[in-house]
Amino acid sequence: MKFGILVNEGPYQHQASDSAYLFTKAALEKGHEIFRVFFYHDGVNNASRLAVPPQDDRNVTQRWSELAKEHNLDLVVCVAAALRRGLLDENEAKRNGKNADNIAEGFRISGLGQLIEAGIQSDRLMVFGD
Amino acid sequence: MILHTVNKSPFERTALESCLDHAQPGSAVLMLEDGVYGAVAGSRVADKVAQAAKDCKLYVLGPDLAARGISQDKLVAGVGVVDYGGFVDLAAENSSVQAWL
Amino acid sequence: MSDEMMDEGGKVKKFLYLNRKAPYGTIYALESLEVVLIAAAFDQDVSLAFVDDGVYQLCKGQDTAGVDMKNFSPTYNALGDYDITKLYVEKESLEERGLSVDDLMDIVYEDEDDDWAEKPSIRLVSRTEMAEVMEQQDVILSF
Repeated sequence: MKFGILVNEGPYQHQASDSAYLFTKAALEKGHEIFRVFFYHDGVNNASRLAVPPQDDRNVTQRWSELAKEHNLDLVVCVAAALRRGLLDENEAKRNGKNADNIAEGFRISGLGQLIEAGIQSDRLMVFGD
Repeated sequence: MILHTVNKSPFERTALESCLDHAQPGSAVLMLEDGVYGAVAGSRVADKVAQAAKDCKLYVLGPDLAARGISQDKLVAGVGVVDYGGFVDLAAENSSVQAWL
Repeated sequence: MSDEMMDEGGKVKKFLYLNRKAPYGTIYALESLEVVLIAAAFDQDVSLAFVDDGVYQLCKGQDTAGVDMKNFSPTYNALGDYDITKLYVEKESLEERGLSVDDLMDIVYEDEDDDWAEKPSIRLVSRTEMAEVMEQQDVILSF
């Protein structure tokens, strides 16, 4: 089975990203395929390279980056939602005259079409939000 | 049939109530995150949940119960407990998934 | 689950955008509409459902000047131009909120199969009918 995952909330504020991560991990362990993980609304904040969470708890962003690396996952951050909330990669920073970029490893910025494509190509689309 | 997911407490949001009002017989409902509170026996939503359990397949996510200190023997009769692997199986076994946020 | 039709090698699925939240208090209504507009380019079978507080999104007469936020309600009127003509609004959700379909915007589309006659995009359905609409979908996006 091919799963698409939609994460609508940012790290820590809501459990959505945790639930999505643990579901994704379980699906992979069962031999399923993850077509794409798409981050929308405040979910784009999961992609911040600058987060420094306390050491005695899970590192949500790093966890996603590591899972993506291990399983070659496609982690996509919606460009419109990202710009709105100040999540920029190098290109968007240059394009918008900002002096920094902050996307973490393993995430890429792209359009909402990637979410629709995930809906079309996946067998199941899982939504995690508030 | 749909796998419905409910992740908020029924005392905070109307998501569970709305979900159960729309879930057709034979569909499945998974309570996760704060939604697991909906499965606790003796609450003011317990009757509605017990009623729904007659036509629909109701589940709670075990890890979320445990995180919140709710023991599995406190649940409304008819609600099954699954882990994340079971959650994945439910998603695969049903034809689509609908989140009640 | 509906049958998938092959259209020039591309899949056509029934997409439902589930709206259950009020506008302006949170961003979900606005950003879900942005998804719907992008989705129009993908030639899928798209429906929108307005349930619970989602029905408030379609209220007419929205004037956001005093709150200094963009009034995005006119965008619902543009949906017809994007071939999105199925806006299911739940009757019980309206009634519970003291509203009727007369409180909602008059959203229309032009039916190219009927000499471009203007028809209402809002389909008022009962809770039971809405449940049936949901079961017929392939992909359900909630925000």
